[in-house]
Amino acid sequence: MKLSSRHLLGLDGMPAKDIELILETATSFKEILNRPIKKVPTLQGKTIVNLFFENSTRTRISFELAERRLSADVVNFSAAGSSVSKGETLKDTARNIEAMKIDMVVIRHNVAGTPNFLTQVVKSNVINAGDGIHEHPTQALLDMYTLKEQFGKLENVRVCIVGDIAHSRVALSNIYGLTTMGAEVSVCGPATLIPRGIEKLGVKVFYRLDDVISKVDALNVLRIQLERQAGGMFPTLREYHRFFGVTKERLSRVDHPITIMHPGPINRDVELSADVADGPHSVILEQVLNGVAVRMATLYLLSATE
Amino acid sequence: MPTERQLVDASGFTRTVNRLAHEIVERHRGAGMLGIVGIRTRGDYLARRIAAKIAEMENVKVPIGTLDITLYRDDLRGRLSQPQLKTTDILYDISGKNIILIDDVLYTGRTVRSALNALMDIGRPATVELAVFVDRGHRELPIKADFVGKNIPTMMDEEVKVMMKETDGQDAVFVVQQKS
Repeated sequence: MKLSSRHLLGLDGMPAKDIELILETATSFKEILNRPIKKVPTLQGKTIVNLFFENSTRTRISFELAERRLSADVVNFSAAGSSVSKGETLKDTARNIEAMKIDMVVIRHNVAGTPNFLTQVVKSNVINAGDGIHEHPTQALLDMYTLKEQFGKLENVRVCIVGDIAHSRVALSNIYGLTTMGAEVSVCGPATLIPRGIEKLGVKVFYRLDDVISKVDALNVLRIQLERQAGGMFPTLREYHRFFGVTKERLSRVDHPITIMHPGPINRDVELSADVADGPHSVILEQVLNGVAVRMATLYLLSATE
Repeated sequence: MPTERQLVDASGFTRTVNRLAHEIVERHRGAGMLGIVGIRTRGDYLARRIAAKIAEMENVKVPIGTLDITLYRDDLRGRLSQPQLKTTDILYDISGKNIILIDDVLYTGRTVRSALNALMDIGRPATVELAVFVDRGHRELPIKADFVGKNIPTMMDEEVKVMMKETDGQDAVFVVQQKS
């Protein structure tokens, strides 16, 4: 079994059969995560470098655990304290690291398109762990895996992504992936944070949470990046919470249960009230566990396409 | 033209499965502490048949599990495409049990090596024994089966095909020679 690309840069244009293969393979890896010994020898002898030019807890630990549980050798790199601060270019940094015999590179960078650039300068497999406001494919894959686990399928599942759609790579990857798999996708947020023309990607747009909430099976609630408020995109956090905050009270007005997802880190009582985040329909921690399985599946499948 | 010769037919197949079940129970003086693990795909079906026969003879239900050894294979490196992963499904604790590992054909021994490593990652069985339907020789590792259905000496360029109703529509064993 093989993916059509030797890199994972984004879900834009990724064929449905590739997404299906990753999600199906992840099921096998999830079983391993529930064993007493959570390690298999599959990637023995492979070396993977995690190039993180941007802060991250979840994604970095998740990737590192996925790599170690497949028995790969792992090298971690973070921009702070490296030669990047001496002015070394990304191309040189990457080529130097690769000269030490690396097989795969996982990269997170604040500039969109960096992973794609990297594929042109190194021979290793490249995995995008988030590039600027472009894509975050493994997050979207783990979101889809979680949805599939909840509903048994993705086709016709109604998902609304709530929050700052304009600056969210999680939103964009989810839109590409979910529409490919036949889900019904909508977005909801303040008009200033919804990009013009987003309907062209096949999603419905709502500007009021109460208008969409009764028509969905799941809400994927995005983190409000606090610096956006300073940018004048919305007046106050309190106002945001009032209009777009997912609260118990708001959910109680809907007659069916709604699955609550969040890519983390949560701003409690801003985009999501604490009782919903910890409530019975929240699958947030399940997403975190699934993240490791999905990343193991991705690494396993990419390691073959040399 | 590949030539095929049939060595076992449907009734012979059933007799051999029954004999394996009898031998296992005899050596363990019952089925109390037994656990059965079949290696996907045909080892799994064999495991179910042997367990059913033991249940019929001893009136005990022996726990069965399925092992997928893909992640433990030693030939994953340098492949252009990864084999399809399936799940390992062992829903009972194998620790302390006498595990009977079951596969259809014993050849190089590499599958069994992978299976042993996989088993040890799941628990710590008291003992592990190997039961195979066909032992065709040509071992590359120091591995020997405890229960053998048929010893079939083969040439390296021959292929042993164990067919089972569950996947192939019939119970039979063929030896196929590729050269004309």
